[in-house]
Amino acid sequence: MGAHVNTTINGDAVEFVCAPDESLLDVLRNRIGLTGAKEGCGTGDCGACSVILDGRLVCSCLVLGAEMNGKKLETIEGMADGAKLHPLQQHFIDGAALQCGICTPGFLMAAQALLRKNPDPTEEEIRYGLAGNLCRCTGYDKIVRAVQAAAKEMRG
Amino acid sequence: MRYETPSTAKEAVSLMAKEKGIAYILAGGTDLLVKMKAGMIEPDLVVDIKRVKGMNEIKKGAGGYSIGAAVPCVAILENAAFVKAWPGVADAANLIGSRQVQGRSTMTGNMCNASPAADSVPALVAAGAKVSIAGPKGNRKLAVEDVAAGVGRNNLKKGEIITSIDLPKKAAKSGDAYLRFTPRTEMDIAVVSVGVNLTLDGKGVITKARVALGAVSTTVLLVKEAAKAIIGTKLDDAAKANLAALCSAACKPIDDKRGTIEFRTDVAGVLARRAAETAYARAGGK
Amino acid sequence: MPLDQDLEIKKFKVIGTRVRRPDGVDKVTGRARYGADTSAPGQLVALVLRSPHPHAIIKKIDISKAEKLAGVKAIITSADLPDLTNGDRAMLDILENCMARKKVLYDGHAVAAVAAIDATTARAALKLIKVDYQILPHVTDVDEALKPTSPVIHDHIFTDGIEPKPTKASNFNKQAEYGHGDLDAGFAEADVIIEKSYKTEQTHQGYIEPHSCLASVSPDGAAEMWVCTQGHFVYRNQCAALLGLDANKLRVTASEIGGGFGGKTHIWTEPLALALSRKANRPVKLTMSREEVFRCTGPTSSTSIDVKIGAKKDGTITAAFAELRYHGGAFPSNWAEFGAMTTWACYDIKNCKSLSKDAIVNRPKTAAYRAPSAPQSCFAVENTIDEVAKAIGMDPVELRIKNAAKEGTKSSYGPVYGPIGIGATLQAAKNHPHMKAPLAKDTGRGMACGFWFNFGGQTCVDLNVTPDGTITVAVGTMDVGGSRASLALAAAEELGVPYEAVRVIVADTSSLGHNDMTDGSRGTFSSSMAAVFAARNAITILRERAAKTWEIPVDDVEWVDGEAKAKGASRGNLAPLTLKDLAKGAGGTGGPIAGHSEIVADNAGVSFGTHICDAHVDKETGKTTITRYTVIQDAGKAMHPSYVEGQYQGGAAQGIGWALNEEYVYGTNGRLQNAAFLDYRIPVCSDLPMIDTQILEIPNPHHPYGVRGVGETPIVPPLAAVSIAVTNATGVRMHHIPMSPPRILKAIKSAKM
Repeated sequence: MGAHVNTTINGDAVEFVCAPDESLLDVLRNRIGLTGAKEGCGTGDCGACSVILDGRLVCSCLVLGAEMNGKKLETIEGMADGAKLHPLQQHFIDGAALQCGICTPGFLMAAQALLRKNPDPTEEEIRYGLAGNLCRCTGYDKIVRAVQAAAKEMRG
Repeated sequence: MRYETPSTAKEAVSLMAKEKGIAYILAGGTDLLVKMKAGMIEPDLVVDIKRVKGMNEIKKGAGGYSIGAAVPCVAILENAAFVKAWPGVADAANLIGSRQVQGRSTMTGNMCNASPAADSVPALVAAGAKVSIAGPKGNRKLAVEDVAAGVGRNNLKKGEIITSIDLPKKAAKSGDAYLRFTPRTEMDIAVVSVGVNLTLDGKGVITKARVALGAVSTTVLLVKEAAKAIIGTKLDDAAKANLAALCSAACKPIDDKRGTIEFRTDVAGVLARRAAETAYARAGGK
Repeated sequence: MPLDQDLEIKKFKVIGTRVRRPDGVDKVTGRARYGADTSAPGQLVALVLRSPHPHAIIKKIDISKAEKLAGVKAIITSADLPDLTNGDRAMLDILENCMARKKVLYDGHAVAAVAAIDATTARAALKLIKVDYQILPHVTDVDEALKPTSPVIHDHIFTDGIEPKPTKASNFNKQAEYGHGDLDAGFAEADVIIEKSYKTEQTHQGYIEPHSCLASVSPDGAAEMWVCTQGHFVYRNQCAALLGLDANKLRVTASEIGGGFGGKTHIWTEPLALALSRKANRPVKLTMSREEVFRCTGPTSSTSIDVKIGAKKDGTITAAFAELRYHGGAFPSNWAEFGAMTTWACYDIKNCKSLSKDAIVNRPKTAAYRAPSAPQSCFAVENTIDEVAKAIGMDPVELRIKNAAKEGTKSSYGPVYGPIGIGATLQAAKNHPHMKAPLAKDTGRGMACGFWFNFGGQTCVDLNVTPDGTITVAVGTMDVGGSRASLALAAAEELGVPYEAVRVIVADTSSLGHNDMTDGSRGTFSSSMAAVFAARNAITILRERAAKTWEIPVDDVEWVDGEAKAKGASRGNLAPLTLKDLAKGAGGTGGPIAGHSEIVADNAGVSFGTHICDAHVDKETGKTTITRYTVIQDAGKAMHPSYVEGQYQGGAAQGIGWALNEEYVYGTNGRLQNAAFLDYRIPVCSDLPMIDTQILEIPNPHHPYGVRGVGETPIVPPLAAVSIAVTNATGVRMHHIPMSPPRILKAIKSAKM
């Protein structure tokens, strides 16, 4: 029997039916058409599917779609303010913090969650805050610098 | 598969007790969903306890802290008073997976999953924590070290669920610490781990100690002889050497993809010494 | 096309600037579409049944129950993939790797595939397929595989490269030899001789995006495939050949690619998706799980290498020999030979030789991994050179400088070098502040240099001027890490227009001629060369159109800063015609304006780099922390410095992971034990320091801007640099990569005994 779910995604009321054992990631990608969250592993080890659920950073592959009733979800698709990119998004582009870009949505969600909690993180805090997101292209250097630059801009 | 969201513990117990097929509790789901995805388990029923009243709370009572079974690790870390009281337990919560995983994973789930490498267990065993269990035949308490029955098996009976982890009242001049060894800084499973909890007298002499080792046997080990070796000392070099040697001696590890018998045995002693030093300092010892 | 004559004094307008990449916004907003991000109406979901055994005969596959399951639309086995290779054994190997035929050759080898209406149904169908295996003895270790007692994996392999050719089949696929001079005489001259053996374990590229494709074959034989790949033209050619399709009817579109590093240069499940689609007559999407990526795609070789170096007290290397044993997984390969070719490439050695032995083992087919085979040989050679330096009491950088190859050196693998950067990178390392910085307790410093050939290959670029005077560029060589920005820079530089006026896309296989895949560090090198030529061809047409407009000879028209200008004092009254003007008027002057380029981009300049590493070792646990890391490499010309730095940093990080913790762990049952990111430990953010870079620019004389490929060389030196740093921190030479904590602790303990 399918689970009937009413939830809020990026501020929009969303209604869906999913199999009870279906992950939130599969629901987002296959039922709602939000493919910004990526499946790199499906086991919570890579962070490419990171989303913010009721204010907390989680891997959407480790959440059931059925759990989403009454929840508030933020995904990469809701990060920019219309045409205006979020400072993290802009600094990722400007600082060449992505190469292939598959991990980028997850990193941006994780960085967003980190800066909300800690607007002025040290390099070490950034590195540990992003340790749940694997990147195989960049060696992380430019990602850390982009987060530092965005944090500085956001602090004003 | 059915997915249920009971609002009381009684309801949850009843669902679990009545189910004829394979039933699992869903708290954080960070182990359950991985096993489901891998096809290791195919549950007929999943009971989500996150909407059960009280299961999401960290309470501080006269007896000490009580951590609801559905409290995610991140909520433990956000509770500044708890982190101050039990820094070793908090360190363990901070090591269970990534920030993303901590947003969901619970210490209770970590314990029920019964991996010998579970990060929260040595810290909770050292702390002397117990779990509160609700079941079809009533409620009971169990020491954390008695929850796991073996690798991947726990001692909960059909229909029983853990409702909270209860820590004792924090003693004056006491401190705890948890250390684990992993090849990476994060995103790893403990190759060997140690929880230590010490209480000192006014002169800095250890009066009470609990030492627990993870990932060196089928379940987490409470190493009483190692604790005994440092009681009555000020954690001098000789005491530390004894502690390390006894911890190494207590190991019954295996060779696997994460480490060798020799490595786990050696490093257990090293980590025990280091964790004891941290716990001693946190207890106010110099 | 040679380097522009005036390059030394050429002032670039946009080349070398750090512009925003064209695919940036899509990639930070989640809009970019990767392999698994698209769907087709009516699509089915495909899953693959894989062998749990490393080596077994397939006695029978019974699909009768699975076929009857509601929702199952097609099931294929090797019976659905007949051998159409016409005696081409290499192609048959590719097909056999995609789907086992008579035997399974490794844990994870595909035996059947299912297409069903959803994943749940497909999973259920897999469980209903019964395979009857006759289990055979297996071998996963490279040295074991070469022993005469080893179980023989293929009965058609008789060692190539040894005389007389053996008559008995074995796992020893091929022997090859490179080098020159007289080894005996060289070793006789030496004051010290160091001889050591080394091992490296198997690693995976570890791209974050699992392989995924969406295939659709129509009853009329026309087919489309959307796939993440480093080379959609090669995928097209191979899939078409293996399935008996006409190449022109299989249109392959490359999705955005979530990393490849060599692993997406081979086809794996794509023919299966096409075959399922053909059988089910519906589009089929096939996405690998992470576990499948580790078990069934192409990791690098594990190796076993012996090195012997002789040197005089003054540091002159008089003789050098290496024997390199690599495996290609379950199929014949050239990986050991590649290793042998790179072995002595950094040095000018009078007497040197390298001997390679390619083995076959019961592991997945080895694929390219960034400078394939070079990091392992570099690890063995550079550690031995470090020992030579210690033995004669010479600074290791000085020893390398003394023996470094230079312009005119005959390389150990044959060619004579043109202008090269090995000496310059070593000199830069010697002068780098990192080299002089104080070291903390229990911390050691290591340096090492490395080489990669680089490659050019077949490349097509179409450049079109749109009616509004902006530029589109279509390229067929896949952009794996930002090359579209570099191509736009090249077109903008030539045409004299702003970077923003150029938009680059990767075209599908029906829109351009054949392009080789993005490997050999060729993406930016070859595509930018083709883009330059396409732009120059377009400029010729633009000048003709201006000449026609002005009714003057074309020779009197020059193209300057994005405008056609009439030459000579008598024409001073003619106002320049801008690109916009010419584009607008194109319909009246001869039609659309375009420039094309179809080339073989020969003479990719060889590449050298030198790395410096500081490593702290916890001597009680064997845990290594990299505390500082510097990459110095010759880029020829850095078209977009940020992405050149990114290649340096990313390659170094992969090399550090390989050096310290990444490895395939096989059980005695021949099964892979750690097919997950949890236990296959690639570095996380908190494992690494910032990675400093220094870009040297020694122009490649065979590229108009002097560009050399930069992508692969950065992974070559780290295994050596990190291991030498660990050796200097612990006082114990490390001979086995990765230097996981148990290995380091054991080495420290053994040294104490």
